[in-house]
Amino acid sequence: MRNLLPILAAFFLVQPASAQDRMPPAPYAYTQLEDPALEDQARELMHTLRCLKCQSQSIADSDATMAGDMRHQVRTRIAAGESPAEVREWLISRYGDYVSYEPQVSSTTWPLFAIPVVLILLAAAVLMRRVGRRDEPEAGEGEGA
Amino acid sequence: MKRLRFTLWIIVGFAAALFGLFAYQLSQPKDEFVESAMVGQPMPEFDLPPAVAERPGLSRADLADGRPKLLNVFASWCVPCAAEAPQLDALERSGANIVGVAIRDRPEDLERFLANYGNPFTRIGRDDISEVQLAIGSSGVPETFVIDGSGTITYQHIGDIREGDVPTLLDELRKAGS
Repeated sequence: MRNLLPILAAFFLVQPASAQDRMPPAPYAYTQLEDPALEDQARELMHTLRCLKCQSQSIADSDATMAGDMRHQVRTRIAAGESPAEVREWLISRYGDYVSYEPQVSSTTWPLFAIPVVLILLAAAVLMRRVGRRDEPEAGEGEGA
Repeated sequence: MKRLRFTLWIIVGFAAALFGLFAYQLSQPKDEFVESAMVGQPMPEFDLPPAVAERPGLSRADLADGRPKLLNVFASWCVPCAAEAPQLDALERSGANIVGVAIRDRPEDLERFLANYGNPFTRIGRDDISEVQLAIGSSGVPETFVIDGSGTITYQHIGDIREGDVPTLLDELRKAGS
């Protein structure tokens, strides 16, 4: 028990690493916009923007201060009359496609959109050939084996 | 039968290539750095109040005064920012003009930080909501940007400045000056 005391003391003395700064969050980090329609737009957008500090979360899900600062930007820009698409464009022009969870067609992402189309066409072609072959009664098929 | 076997081998080869690609990608270290898309772009408009009493604040106009500068995004609560202080000092002694943007910092904490680790900055802007950081595509502290005399971003250094990065940054500053 005596050995445990310094360890316990250390736990209380050490500040958690997440408390990086002592500044209050940005005004619109945790405060909703007064207009519910605008808040809905902002919230929908926030779910599709990546938190840059905690890269597998959206800024809507993250408690990182930087995510809060990004939510502040989203809300103030939406409140100032920008459309969600414009706000997304503003962030992409700063951080690249990486910041957006909504895939856009670009020189690097086009295979994402092209491959499913190619696969569907391929599957359709294979299916047509098989079904077509079964329709015409061929000699030798179905026999033997 | 022969054709079927040939097709099967193609499928095996394709699967092997795919798994090879997975193995290669998984063995690569994860790149946590998010590079700014603002390199090559003019600094956006901004105007920050002073972060400490002894240095003026920072605005876009201060960065377009004809002289290339280093813009250091930092904070007193950031441990690597303390680690890069000797390198910033060396850059200043080599003639670099360094301006700072203090992210989410209280003046008293910043005073203590500058007293402990030195103050190589000619100006320090106070950014309490990371607005300038977001506007220039910086995703953490510390980061250092090279800004040319017309206020255009020409280079981004992510993370703390190590000794080996000092010549690179001086070189980038020289390039930005010509």
